[in-house]
Amino acid sequence: MSDLLSLSLADVTAKLKAREVSATELAETALQAAEASQPALNAFCAFDRDLTMTMAKASDAKLAKGEGGLLEGAPLAIKDLFAVKGVETTASSNILKGFKPRYESTVTEKMWAEGGVFLAKTAMDEFAMGSSNKTACTGHVVSPWRAEGSNKGLTPGGSSGGSAAAVSADLCFGATGTDTGGSIRQPAAFTGTVGAKGTYGRCSRWGAVAFASSLDHPGPIAKTVKDSAILMQAMAGHDPKESTSLPLDVPDFVAACGRSVKGLKIGVAKEYRVDGMPEEIDALWQQGIDWLKAAGCEIVDVTLPHTKYALPTYYIINPAEASSNLARYDGMRFGQRVEGADLTDTYEKTRGQGFGAEVQRRILMGTYVLSAGYYDAYYLKALKVRRRILEDFENAFEKVDAILTPSTPSAAFALDAQFTDPIQMYLNDVFTVTANIAGIPAMSVPAGLDASGLPLGLQVITKALDEETMFAVGAALEDSAGFTAKPNKWW
Amino acid sequence: MSVTTEDVRRIARLARIAEPTERLEALTQELNGILTWIEQLDEVDTDGVEPMTTPVKFPLPQREDKITDGGIRDDVLANAPKSEEGFFVVPKSVE
Repeated sequence: MSDLLSLSLADVTAKLKAREVSATELAETALQAAEASQPALNAFCAFDRDLTMTMAKASDAKLAKGEGGLLEGAPLAIKDLFAVKGVETTASSNILKGFKPRYESTVTEKMWAEGGVFLAKTAMDEFAMGSSNKTACTGHVVSPWRAEGSNKGLTPGGSSGGSAAAVSADLCFGATGTDTGGSIRQPAAFTGTVGAKGTYGRCSRWGAVAFASSLDHPGPIAKTVKDSAILMQAMAGHDPKESTSLPLDVPDFVAACGRSVKGLKIGVAKEYRVDGMPEEIDALWQQGIDWLKAAGCEIVDVTLPHTKYALPTYYIINPAEASSNLARYDGMRFGQRVEGADLTDTYEKTRGQGFGAEVQRRILMGTYVLSAGYYDAYYLKALKVRRRILEDFENAFEKVDAILTPSTPSAAFALDAQFTDPIQMYLNDVFTVTANIAGIPAMSVPAGLDASGLPLGLQVITKALDEETMFAVGAALEDSAGFTAKPNKWW
Repeated sequence: MSVTTEDVRRIARLARIAEPTERLEALTQELNGILTWIEQLDEVDTDGVEPMTTPVKFPLPQREDKITDGGIRDDVLANAPKSEEGFFVVPKSVE
């Protein structure tokens, strides 16, 4: 039975449809595998066995009648940022401990409408602030991958690290993530999985814990490019409850995976070659260029001159929006409260004890850049540079259909790696953050292994509303790379 | 620009976060490190550039002004740290 778990989402839904396996058997198998992995990987933070089995039974009833949606009967993991009705949702923060939403996020509601089965919530960096999954209140998530000849624990990346670990270890058939600066694509690259985000507004943010609202993009983490397209197909669509949700029909992402890439113009920007980047990342990038050339694409040099300003811009806008969004955690209406001498003291103790160090740092930074006297120098300046970064992409996309870059500047680092200052951790997102600033589609596809056998990814970026080209190029890279490596099961 | 420990104490107060005095020095250093790093934005010519607040290119949608939700008091109170007789219970805020 457990072999079933290594199937792709597309293959397992075909088997479910053919009644070769029942949704209840599959859910039971997945639950057992997920629970058994917990002591080693710690990818999950909440289970609800009754909910899982109820949903699986409902899928079986539909499948028996020859009905069922895109995801019918497939157990899927949900990043702890998405509200699932009645299931503890904490964004991996102590301040939300015990919070059980009485509503369902739009993204998960759409997935359940397509027959997806809730498997479990996955742990993340607290409030999605991080790239290592070390700040979850439920403890580190450990990557299923290990360097050759080593037992050292590695990061699955972050912030959607629990989701990436769960997909990579074949504990589910796909997972949701959110990507604010790279939080889907970086963990996907680190775990040999596919991670995608669409155009800003393609997937509704309603019912997802707000971090930096103008940068937050829900999206899937999946085993294959086609699986990621199926998941995004289910997750996407206009949501009248969310004012920034795109009021547009969802294109056929799955069909786009089969599109020819012949004749497409692929941009390569020299600004993505950063100082100190390992030789193997550069070599993989060149390999990707060669693959796409062989598939009939034309390679075109483009320039994105403001790339180096993307991270500093992000670290003004992101904390500014986060400090505003996180003002709601006051210990009054939901979440944890720490009683103090008076109201102000209660607020300060609640937030001082409920938020972890990185969350506090971002709130302080955001409060500072938005405060009187500094607003223009920092926040307004960053919003202007943000437009410069968008214009770089708009100029480039006049000449090319997609841009190819590495996904991350390195492979997964050790969980005990010491970063002397916060900026070192921030640099993980150097290649991914630009697509959040511009609000354009981007995905990471596993493309090779580094010298110690750890996965590396390539990133495809396209213009706004053109996820179809992203999936087409992603599928072409996947075909050429023939990436079949899996972590050796040690958990 | 850089911040002093006194600035950080003031910012923490504005943000309603209790920062123990012994954390202030380290926080000041961290924030100054980040502030120095983001100063490179000064190199970018942004004269006449319109600030970009959102990637959305559609006008903000408006809907009919009518009630679409409500009557869910128990749901709203379900996650309250303290509630009584259908109300949130909070520390006294008016003398």
